[in-house]
Amino acid sequence: MHRAVDFLKERFPEDVLEVVEFRGETTLVVHPRAIRALLTALRDAPEMSYKYLSMIAAVDYYPAEPRFGVVYNLYSHRYRDRLTLKCLLPGEAPVIDSVVSVHATADFHEREAYDLMGIVFRGHPNLKRILLPPDFVGFPLRKEFPQRGQ
Amino acid sequence: MTPILPEKQYDTMLLNVGPSHPSTHGVLRVLVELDGEVIVKAEPDLGYLHRGIEKLCENRTYHQCIPLMNRLDYLAGEVNNFGFCLAVEKLLGIEVPKRAQYIRVIIAELTRIASHIFWLGTHAHDLGAMTPLFYGFREREKIMDLCEMVSGGRMFPAYFRIGGLAADLPEGFVEEALAFVKDFPNKWKDYDTLLTENPIWKKRTVGVGVMTKEECLDYGWSGPMARGSGVDWDLRRDNPYSSYEDFDFNIPLGTREGDVYSRYLVRMQEMLESAKIVRQALEKLPKGDIKVDDPRISLPPKEKVYTDIAALINHFKLIQEGVTPPAGEVYQAIEAPKGEMGFYIVSDGTGRPFRVKIRRPSFVVLNALDKLARGRLLADLIALIGTMDIVLADVDC
Amino acid sequence: MGIEEHLGYNILTTSLEKVVDWARKSSLWPATFGLACCAIEMIVTAANRWDIARFGMEAFRASPRQADLIIIAGTVTKKMMPAIQRVYDQMTEPKWVIAMGACACSGGIFDSYAVVQGIDLYLPVDVYIPGCPPRPEGLLYGILKLHEKILRDPFLTQQYREKLAARKEAA
Repeated sequence: MHRAVDFLKERFPEDVLEVVEFRGETTLVVHPRAIRALLTALRDAPEMSYKYLSMIAAVDYYPAEPRFGVVYNLYSHRYRDRLTLKCLLPGEAPVIDSVVSVHATADFHEREAYDLMGIVFRGHPNLKRILLPPDFVGFPLRKEFPQRGQ
Repeated sequence: MTPILPEKQYDTMLLNVGPSHPSTHGVLRVLVELDGEVIVKAEPDLGYLHRGIEKLCENRTYHQCIPLMNRLDYLAGEVNNFGFCLAVEKLLGIEVPKRAQYIRVIIAELTRIASHIFWLGTHAHDLGAMTPLFYGFREREKIMDLCEMVSGGRMFPAYFRIGGLAADLPEGFVEEALAFVKDFPNKWKDYDTLLTENPIWKKRTVGVGVMTKEECLDYGWSGPMARGSGVDWDLRRDNPYSSYEDFDFNIPLGTREGDVYSRYLVRMQEMLESAKIVRQALEKLPKGDIKVDDPRISLPPKEKVYTDIAALINHFKLIQEGVTPPAGEVYQAIEAPKGEMGFYIVSDGTGRPFRVKIRRPSFVVLNALDKLARGRLLADLIALIGTMDIVLADVDC
Repeated sequence: MGIEEHLGYNILTTSLEKVVDWARKSSLWPATFGLACCAIEMIVTAANRWDIARFGMEAFRASPRQADLIIIAGTVTKKMMPAIQRVYDQMTEPKWVIAMGACACSGGIFDSYAVVQGIDLYLPVDVYIPGCPPRPEGLLYGILKLHEKILRDPFLTQQYREKLAARKEAA
């Protein structure tokens, strides 16, 4: 069992929903309301020390509901291991707190997730399109968007 | 003496750097607000090379994604595929044979040297030193010849396959590659004498773009960018993959608080370390298979396909459907020349990936451009873009 | 424009046309327009092994006003298209366009929502160079074909002759 699982289950018992272990990696499915608190705890506790956020990925699980997943991958330099957190968001209005205040690198990752998948990050300082032209309509990585565009 | 105009009556000027610009290493646009020559704000505008690779992958089999991945970080063509193939192999739960692992390391480290040479040439060219480009290309062409010998493609070999390699090394490769890496440190001295103690180079690069260790981790910097600030982290040593633990190499660290000059020194040393790794791999190259021996993953040999019906059907199914990993999600990160390159693959059990998310190091590094450029002169912006070693296809995916 | 206007079309002899076209093709200056991976092969062509200075083209001009040739090397995205159009319009006549690489010729392997499927939807292309990326020898072959085109097809003098005649008719 990954060392972070017990740590998080102690401090956030209602927010850790599921633990998935696959191919040597641990993914914790957590409740979206607690993501900022969880990442802060994982960063600041010396026995966790997950000071580095590798990436934030947005996944469209259509037709499963909740439809969107936001995946945070953390790395600890002190203990040389990884941890993945996943939040599931509903399909009609995917909104989640921004973690830019916890990890500065989240800025561009969240903008990309907004641009390509349409997930809104509450509290992001500059949430606008980053890779597509500013007048682009639609969110390309969603499953209903055709590959060649509209 | 009274000033002609009272303070704060000056407006800032908005200067548009790029997207068509000789020093932006591609189609990067930076919106710079200037107060005279001093930068007040530098906002990068990305997306001019966004090709939709992540969307394209969802409609292709895993093997068909390999040429697409090659074109991500186009200076180090095959390293991207290293990460992708390792991620899919992690999903499948297989490990490739030892000989294939060693050859993968050889090709990856050779392309790392090629990528750093190109970085050095263009970075120096932007800051006014035009000679290292031509000296560096002498070696880069030899590496391109080696890549071409192996697979036919100079920049994009597309040599790695899921489960191993496309074919074995051709005759004569080991001798030529050994001759190259044995001679490389002498050629490296040329670049070193041109720049390392050069007073103009030092004036342009010392003290520019300083990042402390904590800021590096906060901004997600990895690879030579973080090592230039003293962060002792290299995925090849700390979370080794593909037999990197068999090789003996040092991790060069920056000597000061992470300015452009210290990152330059780190990348120069990394070239020598990569040559060391290639030499060890070539000398200890084991014999054996180059593809995992599993009919659900590796294509059968061509002679059998033409003569044996079972092999023909196997070949047909593998080409049509591709490899079918079980449903699940994995993240595999490798040490690319630009930093940590990661592939997050979501599989739904079919032969096509459900979602491929590529964690590109150049994209993450650009986030800090605004922070580093504030308060510096416009000429330092060019030094900063050069030191970040961005490749626009890597930024925009 | 150029020498034809100054001399007037009535005294322009074919041998002078030949000299002018020879001068034009012998020092075609490309505008730096490398977009993606093909730009790397273009830079390599200009470097020491496949020296493009033998053809008088090592001076890649950053300003489009000083360039005669634009080599569209790399993928053209829809976001980048207005910039390319502006740079092409700013180039002075005579100007030529080479589409280098599969992405510039036809969109290449990127058949997606963000990529223009070939630069010839927007610009008049003179030479198409296939490849992904084309080898430096391939780029040089394409450039030599463009030289042949410039030598044998004095299209500009013909065009301007007709325009001048039309203007005289109207006047």
